Amino acid sequence: MGESRRALGQLHSAVAGPAPGCGRGRDQGRRGMADTLAPPGAPHTSPPAAETGETRRDFLKLVTTAFAAVGVGVVVWPFIDSMNPARDVLALSTTDVDLSPVAAGAAITVMWRGKPIFVRNRTEKEIQEARSVPLSALPDPETDQSRVKKDPWLVVIGICTHLGCVPLGQKPTDPRGEYGGWFCPCHGSMYDTSGRIRRGPAPANLAVPPYTFTSDKQIRIG
Amino acid sequence: MAAGQHKSDFTNPVVRWIDARLPVFTMMEKEYGTFPTPRNFNYFWNFGALAMVNLLIMIATGIFLAMQYTPHVSMAFDSVERIMRDVNYGWLLRYVHANGASMFFIVVYIHIWRGFYYGSYKAPRELLWMIGVVIFLLMMATAFMGYVLPWGQMSFWGATVITNLFSAFPVIGEGIVTWLWGGFSVGNPTLNRFFSLHYLLPFVIFGVVFLHVAALHVTGSNNPLGIDPKGPQDTVPFHPYYTVKDSVGLVVYFIVFSILVFFFPNYLGHPDNYIPANPLVTPPHIVPEWYFLPFYAILRAVPDKLGGVLMMFGSILIWFVVPWLDTSPVRSMRFRPIAKWFLFLWTIAFLVLMYCGAKPPEGIYVVLARAATIYYFAYFLVILPLLGRLERPLPLPESIARPVLRGGGPLPAGATSKPMEKA
Repeated sequence: MGESRRALGQLHSAVAGPAPGCGRGRDQGRRGMADTLAPPGAPHTSPPAAETGETRRDFLKLVTTAFAAVGVGVVVWPFIDSMNPARDVLALSTTDVDLSPVAAGAAITVMWRGKPIFVRNRTEKEIQEARSVPLSALPDPETDQSRVKKDPWLVVIGICTHLGCVPLGQKPTDPRGEYGGWFCPCHGSMYDTSGRIRRGPAPANLAVPPYTFTSDKQIRIG
Repeated sequence: MAAGQHKSDFTNPVVRWIDARLPVFTMMEKEYGTFPTPRNFNYFWNFGALAMVNLLIMIATGIFLAMQYTPHVSMAFDSVERIMRDVNYGWLLRYVHANGASMFFIVVYIHIWRGFYYGSYKAPRELLWMIGVVIFLLMMATAFMGYVLPWGQMSFWGATVITNLFSAFPVIGEGIVTWLWGGFSVGNPTLNRFFSLHYLLPFVIFGVVFLHVAALHVTGSNNPLGIDPKGPQDTVPFHPYYTVKDSVGLVVYFIVFSILVFFFPNYLGHPDNYIPANPLVTPPHIVPEWYFLPFYAILRAVPDKLGGVLMMFGSILIWFVVPWLDTSPVRSMRFRPIAKWFLFLWTIAFLVLMYCGAKPPEGIYVVLARAATIYYFAYFLVILPLLGRLERPLPLPESIARPVLRGGGPLPAGATSKPMEKA
């Protein structure tokens, strides 16, 4: 006991003479019962220390609080993390798509992370249309080349950037708007053959999801 | 200070502002800070606080489990397996919740036993005791319904057996059972409503616990000597003495809890509950969870169906009237040398019933269960009422602060029924 008190004493330059705990320990037995009672109504502050500097009690309070904070974090983390996507949800976070059945000029819709993805096999004409648009004419300027990985494939998230409807244009019978891409029936946004916004209230181009070509006719989204 | 505000003693301005309008800080200071508590508590007095902590753990884990669980017969079992395998820390939430239920009953049984041994149910704490029995009944209902939710074989068949008990009541019995089931057997309506009620009851328990602590703070705590504190020399402020002592108990509690959760998480469970529920196949032995076993044994000890149901419920309802069945004016069994041994025998009977409850109702187990049931009721209905009048208690100490060394002296008025002789 004495050694730990001395060791503690070395940590505190403010401590003078014997360690603060000593005297109080011996006194305890001689004091009356009243000392074991806290003064009524007063908040629990430490009694005035022998020295005016930091006391061992301050140190202990600090260390205890720090440990308690770490403890709370350790306990709380599993609860919070349990709300993160579980392993089965994460397993569905990538989707493989086979492109071979998609003919030229045709388009398919696949689901990825709960969202529709438009995959279009663009015709030469559609690609040329997309490439010949000056950037100044675009509300959200982006070159067609920066939005595709391998011609003739265009892969975009099929959610209108205005308020979230799914635009029409996948089926050959759908209206495609004036720019040959997609038309959102909710508020009239029109997208071109690169999925870029041309007219209407939508502020941004149809988003391009992360994807890679795993072979000539296969992509992995996400 | 404006009229209609509480006069706060705190110095911190934010604390003071809140406290003047809603004196929660003053209340905490009074009820858990300076509250005069008998200075001679032993570790049996830890268990109420442990029960409170346990309740909070059950509610926290339960809420997060409910985010991932599906209460439909076609998906319940699989949703629990998904929690165990796919949800981050799902296995931890599930094992803490399941073993937490067992810990809850361990803690509460010891808490109740303390009440029996030290006479905590006696005047003026009768209502406190009865509120406690209400909490115990709510716990049993909650645990029963919770066990049905994973929809394993034991979930289904335990639910079938226990809900079928109500058919024992004449005339209205069948109607009650159909109403409970929401159908003609335990099925999806049953599962769904059990989920709803299982989520609800813990909050009801929380409210009744509040009443329980409030009632306690009116009378003050009992203590191992069973005599009233005479003044400040007999008490210490709750903080820091019992906040620290409770922390020690809490550490031991968490050690036991951790051993279960991390090393033997399925020890207290039944392997058959890892088999999805099958209404066409009854397991060879239908057994409830361990904490229900004593009452299950009493149920099966009685050869008559309705008799068994009444005795099973009666075995808990009788606790309500123990304050009036026990006629002794001495609270603590420490000073009741004869009654003490009858209580120990009762404890053994309870454990024997727990043991028999897990066994098939055949042969020696039936005999044991019947003997233990008879003694269980005899303790309350015969022994306690008689001993109160016949027993000669040991002399009670003068006060809590004065140690029991010299065998007594002037005794507090009303502490015994007969004049005591000095040892």
